[in-house]
Amino acid sequence: MKQTRFIDLVPHIVLIVGVLIFAYPIYVTLIGSTWDSATIGRGGLPLWPGGQGAANYAQAWAGEAGERAIYTPVRTMMLNSLVMALSIAVGKIAISILSAYAVAFFRFPLRMAFFWLIFITLMLPVEVRIIPTYKVVADLGLINTYAGLAIPLIASATATLLFRQFFLTIPDELLEAAKIDGAGPVRFFIDVLLPLSRTNIAALFVILFIYGWNQYLWPLLVTSSGDMETIVTGITKMIGTGESANDWHLIMATTVLAMLPPVAVVVLMQRWFVKGLVDSEK
Amino acid sequence: MQRRVTFDNRLLPYLLLAPQVAVTLVFFIWPAANAIWQSVHLQDAFGLRSEFVWFENFTHVLGDPNYLDTLKVTVVFSIAVTVLAMGVALLLAVLADSKIKGARAYKTLLIWPYALAPAVAAVLWIFIFNPDIGSFGKGLRALGYDWDYRLNGGQALVMVILAASWKQVSYNFIFFLAGLQAIPRSVMEAAGIDGAGPVRRFWTITFPLLSPTTFFLLVVDVVYAFFETFGTIHALTQGGPGKATETLIFRVYQDGVVNNDLGGSSAQSVILMVIVIALTAVQFRFVERKVHYS
Amino acid sequence: MATVEIRNVRKSYGPVEAIKGIDIAIQDGEFLVLLGPSGCGKSTLLRMVAGLEGITGGEIAIGGRVVNELDPKDRDIAMVFQNYALYPHMTVFDNMAYGLKIRGIPKAEIRARVDKAAEILELGRFLDRRPSQLSGGQRQRVAMGRAIVREPAAFLFDEPLSNLDAKLRTQMRVEIKRLQDRLGITSLYVTHDQVEAMTLADRILVMNHGVAEQIGTPLEVYQRPASLFVAGFIGSPPMNVLDGRIDDRGEAVLVPGGQRLLLPQSRPTDAGRPVKLGIRPEHLAAAAADFPGGFSIEIELVEALGADTVVYGRLPDGEALLVRMAGIPTVRERDRLTVAPQDGALHLFDAVTGRRVE
Repeated sequence: MKQTRFIDLVPHIVLIVGVLIFAYPIYVTLIGSTWDSATIGRGGLPLWPGGQGAANYAQAWAGEAGERAIYTPVRTMMLNSLVMALSIAVGKIAISILSAYAVAFFRFPLRMAFFWLIFITLMLPVEVRIIPTYKVVADLGLINTYAGLAIPLIASATATLLFRQFFLTIPDELLEAAKIDGAGPVRFFIDVLLPLSRTNIAALFVILFIYGWNQYLWPLLVTSSGDMETIVTGITKMIGTGESANDWHLIMATTVLAMLPPVAVVVLMQRWFVKGLVDSEK
Repeated sequence: MQRRVTFDNRLLPYLLLAPQVAVTLVFFIWPAANAIWQSVHLQDAFGLRSEFVWFENFTHVLGDPNYLDTLKVTVVFSIAVTVLAMGVALLLAVLADSKIKGARAYKTLLIWPYALAPAVAAVLWIFIFNPDIGSFGKGLRALGYDWDYRLNGGQALVMVILAASWKQVSYNFIFFLAGLQAIPRSVMEAAGIDGAGPVRRFWTITFPLLSPTTFFLLVVDVVYAFFETFGTIHALTQGGPGKATETLIFRVYQDGVVNNDLGGSSAQSVILMVIVIALTAVQFRFVERKVHYS
Repeated sequence: MATVEIRNVRKSYGPVEAIKGIDIAIQDGEFLVLLGPSGCGKSTLLRMVAGLEGITGGEIAIGGRVVNELDPKDRDIAMVFQNYALYPHMTVFDNMAYGLKIRGIPKAEIRARVDKAAEILELGRFLDRRPSQLSGGQRQRVAMGRAIVREPAAFLFDEPLSNLDAKLRTQMRVEIKRLQDRLGITSLYVTHDQVEAMTLADRILVMNHGVAEQIGTPLEVYQRPASLFVAGFIGSPPMNVLDGRIDDRGEAVLVPGGQRLLLPQSRPTDAGRPVKLGIRPEHLAAAAADFPGGFSIEIELVEALGADTVVYGRLPDGEALLVRMAGIPTVRERDRLTVAPQDGALHLFDAVTGRRVE
């Protein structure tokens, strides 16, 4: 009897260990962000919160000089990250849903050629074509602009394919009923297709927001001025080579703030997020 | 591929496609073509003239022992990350899928690391394993182990592998869980009635039925390890010490941006494109087969 | 309210001809059922009237106006689909009102028309619901409401009851009939269900392989099927068909079993002609064993349906023969039974073309 009971506990033990492995670094960071840099720099970080939290966050948020360096204020970096993530998410969804609508609901010359043109982008992640893309953006004068941050990342075959997949499941009769009701292609899109795509849009939004927020290599290249810094690249610049004499308290507070929006989106919109993730990769 | 019923406007579909096609042409096709063009040209020091050099850039790149070292690092790194991320995720998913109390809570607690940027994941690992400030880093040193990933190449590689896998587990977990939930309960019950124990059931029923998911994740994880981990490596080790943690994508960045070697960097980009296209093709072949099954 | 004229209408998909020239003029207020097996072209014909399929040849006129080149919305028709095709994200009210809104009809009038349709269809309580919250029958009624509010020149029904269960189908059938009587709008109704066709139609157009096998009232189609195809398609269980030959004097039909069945009137010109002989199962009745022209069968199976009984018999030469008798069974399996056709129950068809021989 006792043996069975222990075996029943094994899954819980393993899962709890798993959860701890994922939670521990976050916990350390949260705690760290409430202590002063000297305590952290000594490596003597306790397991309980300190009293510096409010001061650290205020300092990081406003971008006041740390003890060792001057940083871009977190509020600026957060704003930049937010603009970039929102532009990428909204932009991708907008251009993808329109092109998917064209490919799925119209018959026209070169339809398949366009489809393949879009499809091929699936095979060219931004990292692969990074240098020549950078050159194009530079030639267009988009370095250090929001447009330069976002637009090169908004063409996506994945979102187009997802919408197209969904559009193909819409019964022909619905389109015919709309035609008989007198709706043309524009009305049909606005009155019927968009409302029906709500769940897909929400799901994609979650994934694309996270994708946009977490961009690293691209912002690293196209932003050179502090006031265009995004928060993810900003943190690593604050760390530098990882010497002990860093403004660790500010770095940790910044890290917490950098994690907050995407984690909140995932936790609050978990249902859509999982659906969107699994669907878009089908 | 196409609906039976469609609209028959002439101009509208082109207008609808225009934004995406424009972005694709300007930021995908043109740069990719450029990369290919540059990969077979050599520019003079001032960038004024360029000369067609056939595959000189490629032979140069592929003949460079440094590049081959980078390739080796990339392969080791990718295999380790893929195996670790998938193994841990599968274990956790199987457990979270079983009928235990609090399964929902476990799921939520294991899903959220997906939201973290690879670079942020690296930063979190610095907080813990930094030999000066990290509790584990200091702990290892206190135990007499000479831990400093900033100086020791092997340790640095272990660090980036662990940090990159740590971040990727949740993604794999989500897909394994979805795959497990798609397996009909009745199949498992039938196997139970046939007398198969839990372990046997897993290897003879669950695992084969999960193979489409497993294969899909294999490709995704390899692509992740190749490209998206740039942030992890850049934040954690900057490719060092020496070139101990320099992967192919990191080198493209290094040569193209830092060293400004356009031809070499473009040749490397083209090599990477070939790798991605091959991976994608393999994946699609497999997806077709999967459709065949179901 | 309008007539619908279909003049030598054809439809080809590449080299394949799906509709091979259909001609029919549907009267104002008439209820025409297009009946046939799946793939016969009946839905295609309906969709050509709706404007959802192009017309390869011929003309379609609604209310005297040729509509070949008009968009569906300009044809003044309304359509009810098999799978309802309701807008899933709109309420019942909005589903019915959508077409009117697009046409720019004032709000107050939309309200009035939808309310009226909802009242007729007893949908008043459901106006704020979404289609997903309705039963199949209710959804079907919303689909009809969407057609009614438009007050069109013609209703087009594409197998509207196929997705309903048997009981609901009967109920909705009666409702459609009542609605048509009340509104008197010209209707084209596609179905493969002969009961729907018989009960709803003013006239039936029986289609097969893209041609009209017969156009007629339900009773004409039942009593005087124009071809073997129509004979087999209408009536349940289907008509018995036996090989036969008209005798040398043209007075009777001889069947291989040796029976000699007298024709209602003699037809000397057809003497010796091979024919197909059709007898409906319900027109066979038990008879004395030595009845002249009687068929002796061995009973293989007896289906008691309650109100009547279907007997599956086999003739001595192995041919199957179905007999439908009123009431509960009076015979048992493996019994021998003699049955004889009632007067005037014989249908003759050309042995080669399958057309009716009058």
